[in-house]
Amino acid sequence: MAGTPATPLLKDELDIVIPTIRNLDFLEMWRPFFQQYHLIIVQDGDPSKTIRVPDGFDYELYNRNDINRILGPKASCISFKDSACRCFGYLVSKKKYIYTIDDDCFVAKDPSGKDINALEQHIKNLLAPSTPFFFNTLYDPYRDGADFVRGYPFSLREGVPTAVSHGLWLNIPDYDAPTQLVKPRERNTRYVDAVMTIPKGTLFPMCGMNLGFNRELIGPAMYFGLMGDGQPIGRYDDMWAGWCTKIICDHMGLGIKTGLPYIWHSKASNPFVNLKKEYKGIYWQEELIPFFQSVILPKECTTVQKCYIELSKQVRAKLGKVDEYFIKLADAMVTWIEAWDELNPSGASAEVRNGPAK
Amino acid sequence: MRTPPSLLSLSIDSALLNLSNFSDLSPLPDHILLDLFLRTLKAGKLTEKILMLFMATGKDEVLALIQSLNIQLITPVLPTSKKMSQTNIGDDEVDIVIGALHADLTSFLNEWRPLFSRFHLIIVKDPDLREELKIPEGFNLHVYTKSDIDRVVGSSYTAINFSGYSCRYFGYLMSRKKYIFSVDDDCIPAKDDKGLSVDAVDQHITNLATPATPFFFNTLYDPFRKGTDFVRGYPFSLRSGVTCALSCGLWLNLADHDAPTQALKPGHRNSRYVDAVLTVPARALMPVSGVNIAFNRELAGPALFPGLRLAAEGKLRWETVEDIWCGLCVKVVCDHLGLGVKTGLPYVWRNDRGNAIESLKKEWEGVKLMEEVVPFFQSVRLSQAAVTTEDCMLEIVALVKERLATLDPVFARAAQAMADWIKLWKAVGSGSGSSRPSNG
Repeated sequence: MAGTPATPLLKDELDIVIPTIRNLDFLEMWRPFFQQYHLIIVQDGDPSKTIRVPDGFDYELYNRNDINRILGPKASCISFKDSACRCFGYLVSKKKYIYTIDDDCFVAKDPSGKDINALEQHIKNLLAPSTPFFFNTLYDPYRDGADFVRGYPFSLREGVPTAVSHGLWLNIPDYDAPTQLVKPRERNTRYVDAVMTIPKGTLFPMCGMNLGFNRELIGPAMYFGLMGDGQPIGRYDDMWAGWCTKIICDHMGLGIKTGLPYIWHSKASNPFVNLKKEYKGIYWQEELIPFFQSVILPKECTTVQKCYIELSKQVRAKLGKVDEYFIKLADAMVTWIEAWDELNPSGASAEVRNGPAK
Repeated sequence: MRTPPSLLSLSIDSALLNLSNFSDLSPLPDHILLDLFLRTLKAGKLTEKILMLFMATGKDEVLALIQSLNIQLITPVLPTSKKMSQTNIGDDEVDIVIGALHADLTSFLNEWRPLFSRFHLIIVKDPDLREELKIPEGFNLHVYTKSDIDRVVGSSYTAINFSGYSCRYFGYLMSRKKYIFSVDDDCIPAKDDKGLSVDAVDQHITNLATPATPFFFNTLYDPFRKGTDFVRGYPFSLRSGVTCALSCGLWLNLADHDAPTQALKPGHRNSRYVDAVLTVPARALMPVSGVNIAFNRELAGPALFPGLRLAAEGKLRWETVEDIWCGLCVKVVCDHLGLGVKTGLPYVWRNDRGNAIESLKKEWEGVKLMEEVVPFFQSVRLSQAAVTTEDCMLEIVALVKERLATLDPVFARAAQAMADWIKLWKAVGSGSGSSRPSNG
């Protein structure tokens, strides 16, 4: 289509959710791109500490006391001392779209040297359809300068709604601890100019550092699990959310895209600390992947919440045997949905393609 | 005190110091040669060149010593990452197959010369082409024409038509190499986003030599490429990957769109260089374009053949879907056998040719057929008994006959062509010097 219009800002339809335990200095660099949007800051760790938000931003900030106050006993499902706490931000948001980013992620430059407006690219990804049923070898066919290749059935060219836009990172790559230990110096310098839909039936490791999603379509599935303080595992929060989300998207006929935009990831976390956090995850993963690959959601699960509750039952039944952590997690998954429905009573995140946008 | 060194000993020490200047050690008496060898070992000065020097003397005692010490020549480990996962593919294991739809291949081959000259080429002339082929000097190649096709195929395999783009499959049949690279004769080498020439052959070989990862999507694309790896969350048990059977490349300038798309956007050209190779996940199907592909002949050969031939198939890609059909067969087979298919780099530059609107007027059939073809392949399930590509193909033939043949005669013909191809492959195409599952 010739003459594509400018990407809508969606400034009243999108919230930016940022978990932080340190400070928000990174926001200065993002100011040109973020200032028009509403921020939801989730302050992890010591609630008595004051996190300073740079001037000029419109935001709401929640610390642990706020989380406990708002959720009461249900607060048990929100992790403490782990960036997984960010999903509280998704819970309290009232917007249609969410963009979440880590506080050590900065604006990257594209190969021409221009600053990348990551948020704009995520919005483009979310507003254009996905194509999960047949792989297009020229990647996202809805991008400027691209299209479907010969042989792509016309009946599949309308695509499906995009629920998630998964962005990538230049500089410090998102490696697990063993890989970090072996390759401490490796930096991701390759700018791959592509966005693509992850095919139906394929799982992937979702990273929460640079992530956009349609909260109305898939919000309830974006629970980041029980991590951090008092939990046997860490650094698998986004993984868990990603596997649940993919299963549910496949079931509901929604799409997940990955690729652009890139952000600049500046901080390399300590690989030894990471190893301790990930250790159990590395072994449990071997059970989790076959579990997710074989999950079948019954036809009666017509909403994301129903899918998620069903998933929690299967987690309890099949993964409870691996470790009792999964029984706790299954409980937390149910608590999460209860909290979601309580805080979002209009049921706006219910069926696919329901009512008009707010 | 110690006895002073003898003159002999001093001479040997001096020889040791100057060992690299010697070109021939055979004049040395045996016992001195042996002594020199032992001192060389002790001094840690045994290099490949020096070893060859000693072996060239032909003296039994030295050779016996080399053997008893189990001294071997080791290929130096190249400083590329994940070398352990990489198969070494020699130039002599690759055939480059070109289907000649144009008689004058001079400029085509000259453009590719720097990249093709070290390989063996198979050129198959489109049996419909009347003029003589014009081929420049300096290539190691073999040309097949209509008479060869008639001779080999004879009258027993009537369902297979090698005309037009399908002529290249005859090249696949006749090749005896393990790997094949095939590119359309209207393509030339491309330049990457930094303006550097792309070595398409080398990139395809790398794709085939490194494992594919179809069971879990790596968000940093091919983890075996330099400068990247598996991301956090990628299961460790899946990191060794599987053999890559097919490598699908892309095209700059004239992209491989269908006629309606190109007709709608006549000025549209693909200028985006996407610096990625990735494995197409298991159970995800895609349209394979025959314009720029490479494959493992043993694994994919029986599934790449002239099957789906349109009634009015022409000499432009817009007027064919035969490669799409094969690609779906290959992917289904690979998914079943646990093999991988990669897509992405390398790019080739595809010259402008033909008129999409003319092709569209002439040929709608391909576009319509895809509506049946894709759901069919998505529903194919092969039995556990199918353990080779040929087995899988035979099962697919049966399914095509059962489910598609009644929808359109073109499918019935495709099924027959597939059955014939498998027989032909077994009779003529099998065997390439490496061991494969015994299958006739």
